[in-house]
Amino acid sequence: MQGPLIESLARRGISRRNFSKYCATLASMMALPPLAGHAMEKALAATPAPSRRPSVIWLPFQECTGCTESITRSHSPTLESLIFESISLDYQETLMAAAGHQAEEALHAAMKANAGKYLVIVDGSIPLGLDGAYSCIGGRSNVDTLKEVAKGAAAIIAMGSCSAYGGLPKAHPNPTGAVAVSDIIKDKPIVNIPGCPPIPVVMTGVLAHFLTFGTLPELDQHGRPKSFYGETIHDRCYRRPFYDQGKFAKTFDDEGARNGWCLFELGCKGPVTYNSCATIKWNAGTSWPVESGHGCLGCSEPDFWDGGGFYRALSAPANPMQKISVALGAGAVVGLAAAAINRTKKSAAKTGHETTTLEDLEKSK
Amino acid sequence: MSEMQLLTWVRGTGLNIAIGLFLAGVLWRLLEIYSLGRKKDLSAPRAAAGASGWHTILRRNLPAPGMLPKAPVTYIAGGIFHVGLAVVVFMFAPHIELFKSLTGLSWPGLPSQIIHLTTIVTLLAMLVLLVDRIKNPVKKYLSTFEDWFTWALTFIPLLTGWLSVQHLLLPYTTMLTVHILSVELLLVLLPFTKLFHAFTAFGSRWFNGSANGHKGVAV
Amino acid sequence: MSASLEKGVRVLKEMIDAPIASYFNSCVNCGLCAEACLFYTETGDPKYTPINKVKPMRRLYEQEFTLTGRIKKLVGLSKPVDDAELEEWKELAYNSCTLCGRCSAVCPVGNDISYMIRKFREGMSASGNAPEGLVGAVNRTVTIGSPMGVKLPAVKVQMKHVENDFGLPIPMDVEGAEYMVMLSSMEIMNFPEYLGAIAKIMDHAGKTWTLCSTAFEATNAGIQIGNSDLARVIVSRIVEGAEKLKVKTVISPECGHAYTALRWEGANLIGRPFTFKVQHIVEVLGEFQELGLLKTEGFEKDKLTFHDPCQLARRGGVIEPQRKLMKMVSENFVEMPDAGFMNWCCGGGGGASAIEEGEELRLEAFKVKKTQFEIVNADRVVTACANCRIVLEEGLEHYKMDLPVVSLTEMVADHLQAKGK
Repeated sequence: MQGPLIESLARRGISRRNFSKYCATLASMMALPPLAGHAMEKALAATPAPSRRPSVIWLPFQECTGCTESITRSHSPTLESLIFESISLDYQETLMAAAGHQAEEALHAAMKANAGKYLVIVDGSIPLGLDGAYSCIGGRSNVDTLKEVAKGAAAIIAMGSCSAYGGLPKAHPNPTGAVAVSDIIKDKPIVNIPGCPPIPVVMTGVLAHFLTFGTLPELDQHGRPKSFYGETIHDRCYRRPFYDQGKFAKTFDDEGARNGWCLFELGCKGPVTYNSCATIKWNAGTSWPVESGHGCLGCSEPDFWDGGGFYRALSAPANPMQKISVALGAGAVVGLAAAAINRTKKSAAKTGHETTTLEDLEKSK
Repeated sequence: MSEMQLLTWVRGTGLNIAIGLFLAGVLWRLLEIYSLGRKKDLSAPRAAAGASGWHTILRRNLPAPGMLPKAPVTYIAGGIFHVGLAVVVFMFAPHIELFKSLTGLSWPGLPSQIIHLTTIVTLLAMLVLLVDRIKNPVKKYLSTFEDWFTWALTFIPLLTGWLSVQHLLLPYTTMLTVHILSVELLLVLLPFTKLFHAFTAFGSRWFNGSANGHKGVAV
Repeated sequence: MSASLEKGVRVLKEMIDAPIASYFNSCVNCGLCAEACLFYTETGDPKYTPINKVKPMRRLYEQEFTLTGRIKKLVGLSKPVDDAELEEWKELAYNSCTLCGRCSAVCPVGNDISYMIRKFREGMSASGNAPEGLVGAVNRTVTIGSPMGVKLPAVKVQMKHVENDFGLPIPMDVEGAEYMVMLSSMEIMNFPEYLGAIAKIMDHAGKTWTLCSTAFEATNAGIQIGNSDLARVIVSRIVEGAEKLKVKTVISPECGHAYTALRWEGANLIGRPFTFKVQHIVEVLGEFQELGLLKTEGFEKDKLTFHDPCQLARRGGVIEPQRKLMKMVSENFVEMPDAGFMNWCCGGGGGASAIEEGEELRLEAFKVKKTQFEIVNADRVVTACANCRIVLEEGLEHYKMDLPVVSLTEMVADHLQAKGK
């Protein structure tokens, strides 16, 4: 195998053998067959010179920059290797050197040069309140920017729960009128990579898929790649045996917690959350929330912020009960009304009692 | 609405409405029934040990002397159903969590495998009772639409709960939503069907035991 | 004024109380009451299921006393109770029910179905749907004095016979006597030995007693037909007689419903507690036995068993005394299966034996008694109710069983030591 990538790796002391192993690992993580590893090798190795690498435009909207932070932690492939060897990251406000008018020019130049072929990555939700004035960049609202940039995009990747589903800004009462990318753009393929933030290698893995095959991976009904979001945390959780046995930690420092028991009662949303945290984990496989003793927040699901509270078990009410005294009052009122009617009827029957005599035993002819 | 949003509604507003209607319904019906009152018995009472309304409340949990061989299916399957349902509802940890949220009270649960087994046994007992209601001449004669409907109303929460924990039929989020919804329906309709015997059986047993206890007969 | 559906419905509205409401709302259609009722178990016809016997009242209750029931009636989802339906229910409320209370003893949710049927009969009688035979009995009780038409002169004739046969005086209208004794028509007409036995026992125990010329009849057909107004008329005679004679205790004879009528329903019918005690003759004998007032000699040698009358035992609370009395005069006393509290009804109580058209059903229901007797295989059966005696004799004859039926009181009297010993 030859190519520009092989040479640059060799310069960094990474042998071709290690590169092969890396491609095989990436393929197996995406549950692709071994031959896909070879295809990936070839495609990545043959990554062309900068001017012919796929253009990627990253639009940040109502976001916390956590998704950008997360992708920088990707260990395989690293963000640097992607930028230097596989993609042309033509617009990324956190990472690019330019600012102001120069940044704007870079954006429009990339859009013009790669019309119809560039990949758009969006993080952050898009506010629609006040005609979109809640979030503007360079004097333009996010919604206008998104519509304009999306026109020439090959596909849009909604990175993180905010762009995928609305995220934190959309949580009740949603003061800015925040919505997801898919609520605005209806005519382009969209991949949702939810998570708050998403797992680093999930983000880069999807990009690698696109770069390798030129297509978007198979998506579920919420637009999430099935290879990373196909199963629930619960179904891959190493603490599942304790759930099955009914051994639950009741507080964060009780014996059950220290024994590593299931965190269902402490609000874990694992059973209803689709993501790969339980298998791929975080920080290059170091750990993940449950392993560290905290329940899953359900951060890759739509509206997880309004899901009833991170510390309320799934079997507990999502909100405290309200107006119970009203219900009891209403029941008492109706019941007492019924009781009054009943007693009146009974005493009327009693007063209207006609003493039965012997003749009265016979029906009138 | 995504399935997660639906689950949140069902766990939140839906549950609130269902519990509100349930409590209102129970209070309404208890008042409606017991407000009719009972005339005092002016005959001279006869004292007898073990003869009172309270005794009868407990005693009727067992078959009357000589009755078990006459209707073994009703007694045995019926008993298994009631005990099994109580165990599943009150001794399963996620349910206890619910009660704790609603009332502040909690108690130790049973291991989930035992609940799993109990649920299967209870479901089977319910199926046996359904078949018996179809085949037994007396039950068939007495049964109305309400009897079949309340059977389903009770069976479905049990079945969907089990399916949820076993991760069968539908994806968990949706299965759990269906389960909670079916429980909410049961709660709302309970006071207006024969299922209200869950409350009135105690009153009925007490009246019976008290009236006969007055005569010195331990029923 | 005569019976009408409107009257019947009004009466039922009076009758329905919290217990009945609770019972209807508790019924889950489990059918166990049918398995306790001899009219179902021996015929296999599910219409005789006890709770089915009050079906019209259930619907009426819902329509009159529940908000949802009223709405259902309004929109046509619940059919109003009509005269045709009540007439159809005549057989179920009367012919096929003796108010024996076995159903009430087994219902798992605690329903006292016998009580419900008793109340249902109030509406049935007020609407003119009581059986002819019972209407006749009530007629005779109210106008003549007893359901079999026995009048005072006939009673006096029997008194004379008994005095002659037993050599003991039969007092009547003695003021201040401790006990006022009543008789059922059956005894006056068919079993005059009963009166003799009473005389013997009272003499032996040294107790003062009397008959009452205005209240010698214990049978209360008003209770059987289920009409409190008429039952009150009949009971009032007894109350007046007892209070006029200032007796301490009124004795209800060997009869089932007579006891229920006076002991349990009486005070509620007249609306005030009695100033005198009421005891069944078996209770009196039992008390005498406990006090050591009965000195007996000899034992019945043959194998005897006891048939508990429903209104005495299960619905009356007198279950142990008869057994102690049996053991006092019999050396071979064996219990039938289900004896005591759960005994099977003879099939003729509650007025059923007065209903001619119900005879075929009664005889079919009698098979359960036949089975009991076959299992226990006794030489004779002893009982403490004259109606049970007649009904058992009829049933045994129908099935060609040779099993004499005898009275407990008479048997006890037979074994009393003669005076002077």
